Amino acid sequence: MPAGTLYRGREGMWSWVAHRVTGVLIFFFLFVHVLDTALVRVSPEAYDDTIAVYKTPLVAVMEYGLVAAVLFHALNGLRVVAVDFWASGTRYQKQMLWTVVGLWLVLMAGAAYPVLGHAVREVFGS
Amino acid sequence: MSATSSVSATEGIGPDNPAPLVEPPRARSARTPKSTRTNFELYGWVFMRLSGIVLVVLVLGHLLIQLVLDGGVSKVSFAFVAGRWASPFWMAWDLIMLWLAMLHGANGLRTIINDYAQRDGTRFWLKMLLYTATVFTVLLGTLVIFTFDPNIR
Repeated sequence: MPAGTLYRGREGMWSWVAHRVTGVLIFFFLFVHVLDTALVRVSPEAYDDTIAVYKTPLVAVMEYGLVAAVLFHALNGLRVVAVDFWASGTRYQKQMLWTVVGLWLVLMAGAAYPVLGHAVREVFGS
Repeated sequence: MSATSSVSATEGIGPDNPAPLVEPPRARSARTPKSTRTNFELYGWVFMRLSGIVLVVLVLGHLLIQLVLDGGVSKVSFAFVAGRWASPFWMAWDLIMLWLAMLHGANGLRTIINDYAQRDGTRFWLKMLLYTATVFTVLLGTLVIFTFDPNIR
């Protein structure tokens, strides 16, 4: 490869990459989630036994990851809509991305205790 | 390309010797494949934006109820589901969320397959797998919401 031709992108490219990756992750979870919910048609026990897996500490960490993916995809998706439909959208796309990242950090901090609290209590006692 | 050669490319062009007509790259002709003669991709593009805006509300509300409020995931159980699906409002919420999320995700994955699967056969079969899984999941989820029985046991 000739030197200096590798496109490393900037905010626009990396947010596009993150949007794809989070979108695929969410879609695969959605398949699993519809299947586990379908167990309510089998029996209350089958459903509750499977949902118990969602309450384990390891899966709680994965749920936090799911929340991270959904929040980024949702906020960045609104940014994409703004870029497409707002006349000044392209001019402020970087500022909007940093707003998305800032909001994402605040919401992730807020979600930490509700999503991970029970896992921390289970692992470290009390 | 040097400046002189770009000048020579237009040399001699005039009223008696007009420049050759260049077709717009996306003009539709008899040779345009059938699959690109409709506005399907435009409607798909619009759908992604409209469904996305609705899904922000439905999905973030869903996460708030299931993972944050009232003890988070610890309170989720068959009884909790039965309590929520006793209300047509939450049945409609979940049904619309299921359909929009599955179609939004399926169209997103269709785009990704079109982008990265280079061989025609690979692209075709990956999309068939995607459509099969999508139809199955949407129908299963719809059936579960409509046939839910709180007194199954």
